[in-house]
Amino acid sequence: MSKIEINNIYKIFGNNPQSVLPMVQDGATKEEVLEKTGHTVGLDNVSIKIEEGETFVCMGLSGSGKSTLIRHINRLIDPTSGDVVVDGTNVMSCNPKELIEFRRHRISMVFQRFGLFPHKTVMQNVGYGLEVQGIKKDEINITAMEKIEAVGLNGFEHQYPSQLSGGMQQRVGLARALATNTDIMLMDEAFSALDPLIRSDMQKQLIDLQAELKKTIVFITHDLDESLKLGDHIAILNAGKLVQVGTPVEIIMSPADDYVKAFVKDVNRAKVIKAKTIMTPSNKFKGKDKSNNRIKVNEDQFLEEFLSKVVCTDATVEVVDKKGDIKGYITNKELESSLIKS
Amino acid sequence: MKKNKKLYVNLGLLSFFIWLLIFSYNSSKRKPENVGELLTDFSWLHQWPKWLDLPLMKYINIVFKKLNETYGWIFEAINNFLLWQLMTLKNFLILAPWPLVVLGVAAIAYFASGRKVGTTVFVGFCTFFIGFLHPVFWTKAIETTSIMLISIFLCITFGIPVGILMSRSERIRDKILPVLDLMQTIPAFVYLIPGIMLFGLGAVPAIIATFIYAVPPLVRLTDLGIRLVDKEVTEAADAFGADKKQKLFGVQLPLALPNIMQGINQATMMALAMVVIASMIGTRGLGDEVLLGLQQLNVGRAAEAGIAIVLLAIVLDRITQSYGERLQARNMPAKKEKN
Repeated sequence: MSKIEINNIYKIFGNNPQSVLPMVQDGATKEEVLEKTGHTVGLDNVSIKIEEGETFVCMGLSGSGKSTLIRHINRLIDPTSGDVVVDGTNVMSCNPKELIEFRRHRISMVFQRFGLFPHKTVMQNVGYGLEVQGIKKDEINITAMEKIEAVGLNGFEHQYPSQLSGGMQQRVGLARALATNTDIMLMDEAFSALDPLIRSDMQKQLIDLQAELKKTIVFITHDLDESLKLGDHIAILNAGKLVQVGTPVEIIMSPADDYVKAFVKDVNRAKVIKAKTIMTPSNKFKGKDKSNNRIKVNEDQFLEEFLSKVVCTDATVEVVDKKGDIKGYITNKELESSLIKS
Repeated sequence: MKKNKKLYVNLGLLSFFIWLLIFSYNSSKRKPENVGELLTDFSWLHQWPKWLDLPLMKYINIVFKKLNETYGWIFEAINNFLLWQLMTLKNFLILAPWPLVVLGVAAIAYFASGRKVGTTVFVGFCTFFIGFLHPVFWTKAIETTSIMLISIFLCITFGIPVGILMSRSERIRDKILPVLDLMQTIPAFVYLIPGIMLFGLGAVPAIIATFIYAVPPLVRLTDLGIRLVDKEVTEAADAFGADKKQKLFGVQLPLALPNIMQGINQATMMALAMVVIASMIGTRGLGDEVLLGLQQLNVGRAAEAGIAIVLLAIVLDRITQSYGERLQARNMPAKKEKN
């Protein structure tokens, strides 16, 4: 069973969403619905399964419904129809009290524009999730300090958010989400408001933290590079519809439609594709190549890491696994087809 | 379903209107002897006919009289309670030596403004000048201030909760907004005089009238302040499992506080504007000095009292305003640096 299951979610914005639902279920497009009823379709039959311990990235342009989708998981938004099941419990059937408990202990969230409390210090912000649980102040401060250190903000704990830079503010947001020690973390365009250098810094920090904590992270972004970097699985949304779900390589190598193609067009494939993805397995390799130059490469290495060597020496790559057994070969032919295809 | 409901409501309102017309016609003493006359003689279309007159006056008078007779004890209780509060406050301030009061006001300004020396000295001098203008003004100013403080206290205890309710529900807001409009536009005398009948002459009807006049801006600004709190911030509170109470007291109210303080400031200023009007129903204070001066055609005396009122306004405005500014600065120091 998956950690989070989103089943056939429909979300329609407007005065009387229920009346429009059948029309959307019958397959009317967003434009038709808007024209005929004045309602906006936010999400159109989205189903996603998210496994425990993975980083799941939802990607799409603005207006594609990705932020709406993430808010269904902790029910900041109620769907027009559909279920969200977390660990076998249907979040939609929770009463208000259960919902509050669920939000306190099971799920935390990081916001695009940080969502920090401007009237609270960094320490109080980080401890907020614990404060609403009614935990004693000393204990809150100990945990909060721990998390502040984890994100590298020591010495700033008594500052107010507005005294910090954007990157530091988002670290506070991250620390606040970590403080409640929930196993699910929602990140709504968490790094989109940061400048590129700080963004890649934060991405690295998140990857490091994730390697240690193994949380289930649902990450929203409109940046493909970011999603390729962070995601174990990527879901691509367009106009409220789910277009494709897959691993980064699947998205790159076989985009489902033109929308995804346009997305992946400018991506540096060598950064994403691993040797094992494009190799010709050794049993199928006919040994056509005559060069004696051979390079050994681990199957999990990215193309980028050995590409220049191959091109310079015109060598054939032997792809080996951890034990050193040859699994397959890569020649110029494979490189060409994988890198140029678009 | 929804459309039907609206239709029924509208039909109901229409029949109520027709009933009102018939009722007014029947109870009018100046109606034509025969209804048929209306169809033959059309002169009633030229001038507003005497019989087309809603007998509201009669019924309001009846209700008001009933209210006074049967529920008089309630008003008396309110009267006694407010009067007791007023007297305690007033006597305390009058009995205290005046230099102490001046220093006390300056101290409040000092702490409210976040230890700004300039504001403190300015407020202290303004307070001093009230008495300096005319010794009588000191006691009168204290009387006025006491009435105002009690009114503002009433405004806060009623206005802020109503503002919170409005911010939470569109439906409640739609119902309360016209009431606020009514309170702000209805001429003060319309409720001042009935106030006298219910509470007797003096300070209490003035307090009630001031309350009615001054509470709308506070309600509006509380409502606005809470609704203006950044949506992502309230969302964050929700996402971490804050219940309604924790969200209100921990996030919404503290962040709306600059606006609420602005509301209190506005309520204070409007309350001061009421002072002169209230003096016409025998409320003692700076207002009655203005009134006396005008009645005696003593322009100097009226002007002096007028200046005293302005000084009092400045003192109260500086204190509430600087407190609001300080809150604002705490919430958004980054913005302040840019200015």
